[in-house]
Amino acid sequence: MIGWTTLLLLMSAATPILFAALGEAIAERSGVLNLGVEGMMITGALAGFAAAHATGSPLAGFVAGAAAGAAISLIFGVLTQYLLTNQVATGLALTMFGLGLTAMFGRPYEGVKAPSMPGGPLGVNWAIWLGLALVPVTWFVLNRTRRGLILRGVGENHDAAHALGYKVRLVRLTAIAIGGALAGIGGAYVSIATVLQWTEGMTAGAGWIALAIVVFAGWSPWGVLAGAWLFGGVAVLQLRLQAAGVAVPVQLLSMAPYLATIIVLVIISARQKYRGRGSAAPGSLGRPFHATR
Amino acid sequence: MCNGRNRLTCQKHDGDGVTTAELFRAEGLSKTYPGVRANDDVSFCVAAGEIHALLGENGAGKSTLVKTIYGLIRPDAGQMRLGGAPHAPADPHAARAAGVGMVFQHFSLFDALTVAENIALGMDAPPRRADLSRRIAQVSAAYGLPLNPARRIESLSAGERQRVEIVRCLLGNPRLLIMDEPTSVLTPQEAEILFATLRQLAAQGTAILYISHKLDEIRTHCDRATILRQGRVVSTVNPRDHSARELAAMMVGAEMRLVDRSGRQAGEVVLTVAGLTSAPASEGTSLQDVGFQVRSGEILGIGGVAGNGQEELIAALSGETTGRPGTVMLDGGDLSAQGPEPRRRAGLLAAPEDRLGHAAVPEMSLTENAILTGATRQQLQKRGVIDHRAARCFAETIIADFDVRTPGPATAAGALSGGNLQKFVIGREILQNPRALVVNQPTWGVDAGAAAAIRQALLDLAGRGAAVVVISQDLDELLELSDRFAALNNGRLSAPVATEGLTLEQIGLMLGGAHGMEVAHVAA
Repeated sequence: MIGWTTLLLLMSAATPILFAALGEAIAERSGVLNLGVEGMMITGALAGFAAAHATGSPLAGFVAGAAAGAAISLIFGVLTQYLLTNQVATGLALTMFGLGLTAMFGRPYEGVKAPSMPGGPLGVNWAIWLGLALVPVTWFVLNRTRRGLILRGVGENHDAAHALGYKVRLVRLTAIAIGGALAGIGGAYVSIATVLQWTEGMTAGAGWIALAIVVFAGWSPWGVLAGAWLFGGVAVLQLRLQAAGVAVPVQLLSMAPYLATIIVLVIISARQKYRGRGSAAPGSLGRPFHATR
Repeated sequence: MCNGRNRLTCQKHDGDGVTTAELFRAEGLSKTYPGVRANDDVSFCVAAGEIHALLGENGAGKSTLVKTIYGLIRPDAGQMRLGGAPHAPADPHAARAAGVGMVFQHFSLFDALTVAENIALGMDAPPRRADLSRRIAQVSAAYGLPLNPARRIESLSAGERQRVEIVRCLLGNPRLLIMDEPTSVLTPQEAEILFATLRQLAAQGTAILYISHKLDEIRTHCDRATILRQGRVVSTVNPRDHSARELAAMMVGAEMRLVDRSGRQAGEVVLTVAGLTSAPASEGTSLQDVGFQVRSGEILGIGGVAGNGQEELIAALSGETTGRPGTVMLDGGDLSAQGPEPRRRAGLLAAPEDRLGHAAVPEMSLTENAILTGATRQQLQKRGVIDHRAARCFAETIIADFDVRTPGPATAAGALSGGNLQKFVIGREILQNPRALVVNQPTWGVDAGAAAAIRQALLDLAGRGAAVVVISQDLDELLELSDRFAALNNGRLSAPVATEGLTLEQIGLMLGGAHGMEVAHVAA
C-alpha cells in the first residue's frame, strides 16, 4: 500500500503548482507574461484560509481564493493592457504586493487551525480531482474550441488578430483573470488542504516553479501536469529521506524538488529544440499591444 | 454627400456592350489624424466584376481608405454604399458580413497555427473541422489554389501564405475583395497565378479593389484606376490609356525623373567573394559556395524571393558574420575574418534591409544614428570622444542631399516614416564614399519619387568608381540599375549574367520559378 499513499502525497504536493501553472499557461497562450503568480497564490492562500475559517467550509475557501486571485490579477491586467506598463516589472511588483499585503492582513490568522477537508473518491480530496480534470479540459478548450483558437491567435500575432476584428485586450484580460483565479485556488490548496494553517509567505516559491514549468512544458497542459508531478514526486521523496534520517543537510533536501524539476525540464526542452522546431513560445508573448492610431 | 463637381459614373463596359451595375460607392470620405489629413473628401466607385486599382505614393491615403471600407477605421465624414445599401461597418466582423474581404499587405496570419485554424479565425461562423477542411479543398480546387489544411503557416512560402489569405476571404463569399499590394512578395510566375485567380473571380461578378505600386501590372490587369495624392482623389482613369510614366506623374504630381545610367566605366576588380558558405542558422537559409566579383564602376544585381539567403549574404559581407580566409576580399586585402568596423575602415560598407533595429536604432536621434556607422570614415570622434558638431553636420548633409523629410537631425529615427528613414540609411552609407557598397532592398516601402532618387544616387556612386552590390526583390529595379544579374535561390548564387537583353521570363526561371508555387510541392 506504500505505492498508493506515496502517489496520494505526490498528487497533493503537485496540486497547488498544477493549478497555478495551468492558469499561467492560459495567460501566456494569450500573449501575457504575468510574473505575479507567487503574489496571486499567496493572496489566494490567505483569502481562502480566512473564508474557510469564517464559514467552516473548505469549498467557500476555494471560491474565495479564486475570487481573490482573479481580483489581484486584474490589477495587473488593467495596468499592462490598458495603461501599457511593462509586463515584467508589473508582474514582479504584483508578487511583492501580494506578499506584503498578506503579511499585513494575515496576522490575526496566525496559529488558527483550518476546518478539515472532506475526503473524496479513493481517499483523494476533490480539489485534487478538480486539478486533474482541468488538464484535459484546458487542452480541449485551447485546441478544439473557437474561444481557444481566438485566444491562441491573439497570443500568436496580436496585430493580425486585431486586423481580423478580435478584441485583443478583452481576450487577454479574460485570460489574466482565469490565470489569477487558478493561481488563487492553488494558493488556497496550500493553506486549506496541505499546511492547514496560515503562515506568512507560506507558498514558498511555488509560483516561481509554476512559471518555470509553463516554459519548459512548452505551454502544453499535459506538459504542465508532468512538470507538477515531477515536482511533487521529488518533494515526497525528500520528505521520506528526511524522515529516514539520511545524513544530508535538510536545506539541500528541501532544495531538491525545485532543483530536480528545473534540471529535468531544461533537458526536455533543450532536446525538443535540438530536434528541430524552435521555441513553442506564443509569438506575441510579453509584447504590449495597442492598436495603431 | 455627393455633389456636382464629383459626379461619378460607374459602369464597366463588357465586350458585348453590356454594362454591369455599380457595387460599391464612397462619397466624401474624410479622416484626419493629428497633423495629417489621411483622406480628404474621397469619392469613387467600383463596379461588380471590375478589377479596380487604387494608386498613390506612400502616405497618399490608400491604406486608410481600404481600412475604412473594412471597418478598421471609422471616417470623420462621408458615407459608403455597398450593393445599394448603406455601408458603415463598426468592425471587420460587420464588414465581412456585408460581403467585404481583405488580403493584407503584411500577412495577417498566425505562424504557429495551421492553415485550417488560420482560415477559421478569419470567418465569423466557421463550420466544424471536417466540413471546413472539405470547403477549403473545394475552394482550392475551384480556383486552382492548392492548400493542405493541416500544414503550419511557418512552413509555407510567401506565395502559399498569400493563398491562405485569399482562400480565407473567398470562403466568406465576398462581393468586394480588397488586395493591399499582393504581388510585392511574389515571383513573376506566382503573380501570374494570382492574376489568373483574380480574373476568374471578376468574371464571376466579384469586384476587386487592388492596391499596388507596380504600374505595369496595373496597366495590364486593371479595368480602371483611381489615383490618390495627399489624401485626395486626383482622377479615375483607364490605366490602359496611359503610360506608366503618365500614371506615375499623376501620383507624384510632377514629371518623374528618368534614371540616368550613363557615364560609368567598369574598371579593376574591387570586391571578390569566393566560396562563401555559412553554417545553417537556427532559422533561415545557409549560403552554399557563393562567389562573385564586382568591378569598380559596376553594379551587380542579386535577385531572389525573400528568405533564400539575402539576410545571410548581407551579414557575411557587412562583417556581422565572419568567414574562412579568402572568402571576402576588397582590393586584394582579405577582410574575411574582420568585423564590421575594420571592413568600414577598409571601404566595404553595407545597408541592411531591416531599417528599424538593424540599420538604425529607433530610439536614438538621426545624429546618433549617423555616428553609429560613420564615426570612423567621417572622423566624427577624436580619441574616443564624439565630435558632436561634426556629427550633426554629417547628419544634416544626409538630410539635405537625400531629401529626408524630418524636423531636424535631433529627431528620433523611429519617428520617421519608413521611406524617409530608408533614404537616411542609404544616404548615410553613400555619403561615406565607400570603395564597395552592399545594399539590401534599397527602395523597399519607398514611394516612386524617392525610389528614383535612391537609385540615381547608387548609379552616381558607381559612376565615381565604387563597386555596388544591390540585393533586391524588385526585378524592375534590378534591371534598371545593374550591369550584371545573379539570382539567389536556396542559398546558392547563380553565375552572374549581363543584364542587357535579359527578359523577365528568363529572370523568373533563374529565381527558381520551378519551385515554390507548383502543385506537387503543396500537396506533399
